[in-house]
Amino acid sequence: MTASPMIRFRQVSKRYGSLTVLDALDLDIAPGEKVALIGPSGSGKSTLLRALMLLDDIDGGVIEVDGAPLTHMPGREGLVRADERYKRRGRSGIGMVFQNFNLFPHMTALQNVAEAPASVLGLPAAQAKTRAAELLETVGLGDKLAHYPSQLSGGQQQRVAIARALAMRPRIMLFDEVTSALDPELCGEVLNVIRRLGDEHSLTMLMVTHQMGFAKEFADRICFFSEGKILEQGSPEQLFGAPQHERTRTFLRAVMEAS
Amino acid sequence: MLREILPLLLDGTLTTIEITLLASALAMLLAMLAALGKLSRWRGLRWLAKLYIEFFRGTSLLVQLFWLYFVLPLPPFNVSLSPFSVAVFGLGLHIGAYGAEIMRGALQSVPRGQIEAAIALNIPPLRRFTRIVLPQALVNAIGPGTNLLIELLKGTSLVSLVTLADLSFRANQVVQVTYLSREVFGITLLIYFALAQCINLAMRLLARRMAHAPAGGAR
Amino acid sequence: MGKLVDFGFAWRILPDLLAAGMTTIGITLAGFSIALAGGLLLALLRRSPLAFVSWPVAAIVEFVRSTPLLIQLYFLFYVMPEFGLMLSAPAAGIAGIGLHYSCYIAEVYRAGLEAVPRGQWEACQALSLPRSVAYRRVILPQAIRPMLPALGNYLVAMFKDTPVLSAITVVELMLQAKNIGSHSFRYLEPITMAGLFFLCVSLLAAALVRKLERATALPATQTRKTA
Repeated sequence: MTASPMIRFRQVSKRYGSLTVLDALDLDIAPGEKVALIGPSGSGKSTLLRALMLLDDIDGGVIEVDGAPLTHMPGREGLVRADERYKRRGRSGIGMVFQNFNLFPHMTALQNVAEAPASVLGLPAAQAKTRAAELLETVGLGDKLAHYPSQLSGGQQQRVAIARALAMRPRIMLFDEVTSALDPELCGEVLNVIRRLGDEHSLTMLMVTHQMGFAKEFADRICFFSEGKILEQGSPEQLFGAPQHERTRTFLRAVMEAS
Repeated sequence: MLREILPLLLDGTLTTIEITLLASALAMLLAMLAALGKLSRWRGLRWLAKLYIEFFRGTSLLVQLFWLYFVLPLPPFNVSLSPFSVAVFGLGLHIGAYGAEIMRGALQSVPRGQIEAAIALNIPPLRRFTRIVLPQALVNAIGPGTNLLIELLKGTSLVSLVTLADLSFRANQVVQVTYLSREVFGITLLIYFALAQCINLAMRLLARRMAHAPAGGAR
Repeated sequence: MGKLVDFGFAWRILPDLLAAGMTTIGITLAGFSIALAGGLLLALLRRSPLAFVSWPVAAIVEFVRSTPLLIQLYFLFYVMPEFGLMLSAPAAGIAGIGLHYSCYIAEVYRAGLEAVPRGQWEACQALSLPRSVAYRRVILPQAIRPMLPALGNYLVAMFKDTPVLSAITVVELMLQAKNIGSHSFRYLEPITMAGLFFLCVSLLAAALVRKLERATALPATQTRKTA
């Protein structure tokens, strides 16, 4: 890594009771890199994303973003756990799209996208709405501004969710199994939006996904997770073409057979 | 004869409506405060909320009204409330305790994903509550809330026993004089029934206005 | 200027209050029996395929549930004699509260029966189980479990509603306390003690209902301690 990493996970651990979900994990992500996280359920992929989004606290290690600590803040002697205010500052450069969309059901698509810019960034209502309308246009929903989530298909809702996350102008975008809850024929429209995002912006993107085909063509790097650790990582050609570990091979075989 | 007693009954009905509206407002306020208290991080607040809820749910409404009417004016309290105030406070406190449980359930029924999405967007906690959680919780509270409001309406009849001139009081008064118990009590029942249906209708309209979707997530 | 709380007085009136408390409990049990039986009857009638039976019953149930118990008691006590039915105050009170709550309990029965999945009925048919066996061994055991906490709660609610009977001169706990108060000019002790009696009994009953709920829950529905 020549430039300093955009995201750095150092010895990150997370436990739920006696269960270790993340096991002293190390990972560096370069600015503008697109990384796909794959692996069996429970291997820690989503947990890592949620820790980066500061939705859950980690039990060990540190996460750094753009050189500054994210989960911890400078204290009197070294690093201490970040407080709410510090976390909110750190969160502001990161956006997340969820598996279940989590759109606000009582707001229209436009209101969903405009809410955070208005209430967090303090944008005047008109400006927030304009930004929201533009973003919804870029994800192909310019004609659905006044629709409520219940009136939209799953693929459309997920695209609104992407626009909503983008409205905060993040530098890092996280995608947590964003097509897993969609009917197969609706996945394409969401993946296309993500593909275009990757082409046009210099966003750093982390995706947890089961869509191996998409990961292969879109990602710069694939990380295979197993039992809280990254077992293997490499370019798509390396990982899919010549997996080193038996477990990786077993997983890839099972996934290919299923699709 | 009926033409003469109708104005009296209507006067009582207006008082009943007045008490119902004021007591509901108080009950809703207390319900929200107690629900938030029960869900709060501070143990003292949780304990206080639990005390309020268990006490006012566990005791009889009429006993509470009598206590406010007969005992409160005495030492060491020395607070003399008018029958009207006794009615509004007694009903508000009693129904508010039941409402707190409804509100708590409604707040907890908002999917966790909504809160996480709001956190991910860095929406500050207060706005998160007022713009995201509360609107969705209120939609869920309307169903059981309607039944509770009708309970409140029925409860207003008890204020007649602490000398407040509501519909039940007037009905009793009229019957004592005219002995037309069948007609008067019959009409009284019909008026209460009509008021209950008004509550049902109002809440149904409110629900329709508020609800745009049961959930914004994957189906 | 008398004492704030006269504990001697409180002790002296305790026997009278306890006796009235027993009356209250007796009224509750009698009324609840009527409510359980009446509710079952109403629930079955509502399920009748004959529209001219189910519809009026539904209307009556809705009417009774939407109107105050107090006026219904007045009706039973003051109006029924005109139709030839002379009820004593306690009888009118028990009948009134029993009939009032039978409309709530009818709902509990209906919801409980409808909560049993349709597949259960169909399985009984497929196995050619006679109707009585189907009800007794398959349907009712599944229907009763969720009904128990609801029934328990209505028992407690009825108990707390008995003071309303004081309006038709039934000498239950509340009226007794009020009478003691008006004779002795000391209201604090009797009314507070009456209130505490209701509070203690209903808290106890609520705890018992919760225990009953846990004891009769099927293994899968019991909450496990999460890791």
